[in-house]
Amino acid sequence: MRLLRNPSLVAGFVMVGGVVALAAMGPLLAPHSPSAIIDAPYMPTGPRTLLGSDNLGRDVLSRFLWGGANLVWMAFGATFIALTLGAAVGISAAYFKGWTDEVLMRVVDLKMAFPSLVFVLLFVTMLGTSLPLLVLLCGLSLMPGAARVLRGAALAVVDKDFVQWARSVELPAHRILFREILPNITSPLLVETGLRLMWSISLLAGLSYLGYGIQPPTSDWGLMIYENRNALRVQPLAVVCPILAIAVFAIGGNLIAEGFARAFRQTR
Amino acid sequence: MTSAAPQTGLAVRGKSVSWLGKRLAASLLTLVLITMLVFAATRLLPGDMALMILGKDATAESLAALRAQLHLEDPLWRQYTAWIAGVATGDLGYSVISRVEVAALLTPRLQATLSLIVLSLAVSVPLALVLGFATARREGSVGDKLVLFGSVAINALPEFVLGMLLVILLSTNIWHLFPAVSSLSPGQPVLHQLDKLVLPGLCLVLLQVTYLYRLVRAAVIDVMTSEYFHFARLKGLPEGLILRRHVLPNAIVPAVIAIGTIFAYSVGGMVVVETVFSYPGIGSALTQAVGTRDLPVVQAAVLIIAVIFLISNLVTDALAHSITPPGKGGQK
Amino acid sequence: MLKVENLSVVLADGTPIVRDIEITIAAGQTIGLVGESGSGKSTIARALLGQTGAGVRIASGRVSVDGRELLSLSPADLRNACGRIIAYVPQDSGAALNPALTVGRQIIERLLIGPDRLDRAEAFRRVAEVLTTLGLPSDKQFLARRPGELSGGQLQRIGLAIAVVARPKVLILDEPTTALDTSTRGEVITMVRQLTQSMGAASLYVSHDLGLISAVADAVTVLYAGEIVETASAQRLFAQPAHPYTRALLEAVPQVRQKLPIKGIPGQVPDLDARLQGCSFADRCSAVQPKCRESKPALAQQATGRVRCFFPSAAPIRRPGDLGPETVGDHGIVYRVDDLAAGYPTAPRLLDGISLALRRGKCTALVGESGSGKSTLSRCLIGLQPITEGRMGFADAAQGAGLRDSRRMQYIFQDPSGSLNPRRKVGDSISLAARHFFPGEDPRPRVEAALARVDLSPAILGRFPSQLSGGQKQRVAIARALVAKPEVLLCDEITSALDVSVQASVLQTLKRLMDDGLSLLFVTHDLGVVRTIADEIIVLKQGRIVEQGPADQVFATPEHPYTRMLLDNVLELPAGVPA
Repeated sequence: MRLLRNPSLVAGFVMVGGVVALAAMGPLLAPHSPSAIIDAPYMPTGPRTLLGSDNLGRDVLSRFLWGGANLVWMAFGATFIALTLGAAVGISAAYFKGWTDEVLMRVVDLKMAFPSLVFVLLFVTMLGTSLPLLVLLCGLSLMPGAARVLRGAALAVVDKDFVQWARSVELPAHRILFREILPNITSPLLVETGLRLMWSISLLAGLSYLGYGIQPPTSDWGLMIYENRNALRVQPLAVVCPILAIAVFAIGGNLIAEGFARAFRQTR
Repeated sequence: MTSAAPQTGLAVRGKSVSWLGKRLAASLLTLVLITMLVFAATRLLPGDMALMILGKDATAESLAALRAQLHLEDPLWRQYTAWIAGVATGDLGYSVISRVEVAALLTPRLQATLSLIVLSLAVSVPLALVLGFATARREGSVGDKLVLFGSVAINALPEFVLGMLLVILLSTNIWHLFPAVSSLSPGQPVLHQLDKLVLPGLCLVLLQVTYLYRLVRAAVIDVMTSEYFHFARLKGLPEGLILRRHVLPNAIVPAVIAIGTIFAYSVGGMVVVETVFSYPGIGSALTQAVGTRDLPVVQAAVLIIAVIFLISNLVTDALAHSITPPGKGGQK
Repeated sequence: MLKVENLSVVLADGTPIVRDIEITIAAGQTIGLVGESGSGKSTIARALLGQTGAGVRIASGRVSVDGRELLSLSPADLRNACGRIIAYVPQDSGAALNPALTVGRQIIERLLIGPDRLDRAEAFRRVAEVLTTLGLPSDKQFLARRPGELSGGQLQRIGLAIAVVARPKVLILDEPTTALDTSTRGEVITMVRQLTQSMGAASLYVSHDLGLISAVADAVTVLYAGEIVETASAQRLFAQPAHPYTRALLEAVPQVRQKLPIKGIPGQVPDLDARLQGCSFADRCSAVQPKCRESKPALAQQATGRVRCFFPSAAPIRRPGDLGPETVGDHGIVYRVDDLAAGYPTAPRLLDGISLALRRGKCTALVGESGSGKSTLSRCLIGLQPITEGRMGFADAAQGAGLRDSRRMQYIFQDPSGSLNPRRKVGDSISLAARHFFPGEDPRPRVEAALARVDLSPAILGRFPSQLSGGQKQRVAIARALVAKPEVLLCDEITSALDVSVQASVLQTLKRLMDDGLSLLFVTHDLGVVRTIADEIIVLKQGRIVEQGPADQVFATPEHPYTRMLLDNVLELPAGVPA
């Protein structure tokens, strides 16, 4: 496959795949329960704790192995919501134009006036931090960006003659939207998938870091960084390991986006 | 297009005015919707809000007092109009927690945030232009690829991860150069405490440059593959002149246009960056207020950030509209 | 004068794009460089200034002006030569002018640099002089305009001004009028002639348009697949072409003067890597011999000029007499438009008072320049543009027949690469239409029948549009229309994106469909095509019909001044010897 010769793309998939595997397999490999207190706080590497202990004396390795279990799936869930809604909104706005476009884009503009984190925080203040709610809020807050990009991509397609042909022979609108237009914006859709994955993990981990995401005692990478950030000098691993996991996933997402964008430019 | 009808300068200007009018009207509408959304998010949710804020141990009197302060007994539309009337006159209410006026609480916070963003932009914009030009001219070289990968990586990092990495590298284990915590001394102008701005500032600069430089680079490459770039060479113009006169004015457009976007993007990023460095800006005020459910502060901070965002976007669009040469894919 | 010897341009891997190009142009002389798409004519034009696209390089060759060789100069010297000694006029000045700079700056900048730079006052004087010659204003206000504020014709003249302002000895004109309307084209061509003659420059005029070349060039060089196949004086070449390709090309050009049978060239230009063995034209040549495939003929001196052919023809080109109107068969009215209008009565209407009737098996041509409303009218007919007044419909149908109407009239678009979904195999595109119009039936027999009617082999069904040539894509689009079993085909400039030889063979196909009883509404600006295929003509100007009638009558005695203007601006090939 031509895509295999695209280094960004391959690296991106390997990185995202690696972190997904870590999140999926980690709990099976963890030597201890992530919430069990097995040592004094902030102990260095010892016989029972391969990476030392954290602020409460829990095993850093076990907490790290458990720390992606929720985060990674939530990131995928939020990305899925953002892209499905974004594609539906973007393509409809581009195709129907006029009032539909105006109203949908006003809604998008409204959300675009808030940084994603601020938007989520606004609702979290009132609604609390249940995990499905967080996924939904993150998905909604990342939707408008996708909608805008995909609307732009679809606008370049809707005036193409093959769409005009489909209209002239009166193909049903849903067929035109999903069978004629959608396949022609797969490239930006793939680019957006990478970007939204990167942003959703940023957003979710950031929320945990601020204390408004996944709640203790559940183990979570963002939370680990927050809990142990004052002990960087004595127990850096408890911060560095989750930082690396999040960074690898996010950079992987960005590389996937970059790789697809390049492949897209080359084919045009 | 070659078949474009000739336009006079006057007609172009007339079009710009009506475009600006439309854009302003749309922004105003968005602003109204923003206030509604901010208000709705904090009022339309189920449960007794006073109880939620003060907790189960609150006395009946304190609950009643809070209900009165927030006008919770009034019908919703009156609560909204009362709030809007306050906002319009600069009265943002009192903090439920600290009992201080919200405006007095947030003004120094906003100043701190904006000064940091402006200072970082003063560094990032020239840096991004230089870097963008330099890498575009050597497109595909090892240096270009390294810088590109670096920017893709840094750009991908969540802001708090980037902040923590800077702390680890520059103020704890590896080198201890700067204070990790940037609590400003109250009463002193921000500019007199520059050392405390270095880490959060550096964090912002990294976020901005990695984004902006890629825009500049793409724009320069775009121009260098354009028909008019080739024609300038066929005319026999020397390379330096082509770069200065033909590439620069066209390539700088997206960079200038992006400054509004960058500004907005920095405001968003600051929310977490400020918490990482304990920097007393509007973002950290918001995150703290969320924790204490200090509704008037949350409302005000969200509203302020949204308005900054809105203005940045408006400026972005206006710049794009005024800089883009007529007849060349400008705004419709 | 310009002398090009042995010029070859190759891809990075050494595959030649153009080979052994030899051109000599005397001062004051204009040579036409003619070729269809893919022949390498634009590559040559740029290579003469030492420039190539990315991934392409000049492998060998000499380009000398007055004995001074250019390609071996240092980069700085070559730059000084560009613009001053040899200058280039771009194909599309709209794209070649920098949108951010004023046109004055772009004209003058070449004069202010280099060893023989002029002082500002002198340079401004020169700019004003050139602009006046070109019929453009030269005041400060005009010079301060940016390209986006000017019309296409003005932009093209600015492109010309930039090239001639430094008084070069050689002028390279790369399709400088292709993007223009017929009437503007005439003016620009006249200006080019005046300028080259007054400057005494040697000019190379690159074009795909043989009629245009016959009007501007003293001598003609014909390119095919990256090689020169024939060079001769214009007079000789158009009257007595020696190479089979030149002959076929000339016969494929539709004439306005008389209605001729259509003759296309079968097949297509070989790919870059398939050109090395034997004569490149062998696969499409009607007079091919075994020898043609074994070795490559050299460009040899003949009585008429230089020809790359083992068996050059010595006979003059013959034109049969006018075919005249056809009257046999049933030609009842199929479709009718009565007093149609589009757009609002305030402001100038897009269309107003349009009435026409389409007859079975006949072709009605809708003629007009860009902006005349011809595309709006065709969009109205297929329901993409709302009409505000009037009626239209099939003669035998009640109003508002819904899907039935969208089946009976099919639309074919100008740009074949845009009208097929690039993400769908062409077979699926055609069978989608078949299933849409005849749900529940097996689409395969319908698809195959349609394909046969447009002379395509079923092998292409599994390909994507990007894997087909322009002509093949247009045939697929026609096939997709035919599966609906339409009675009317609406053809919107469907041959204007095609090479003339391919255009002719698509027109042949259309002609056959008409013989089967299909009615055509053919929208076009090309009067030669109209003459070839149309039975009725409608001339449209600013949304109104200005002239309407049988084709022979309109061509013989045009009544409206606009029609006469259109006919006067046609650049026709010289008449051949009557057969």
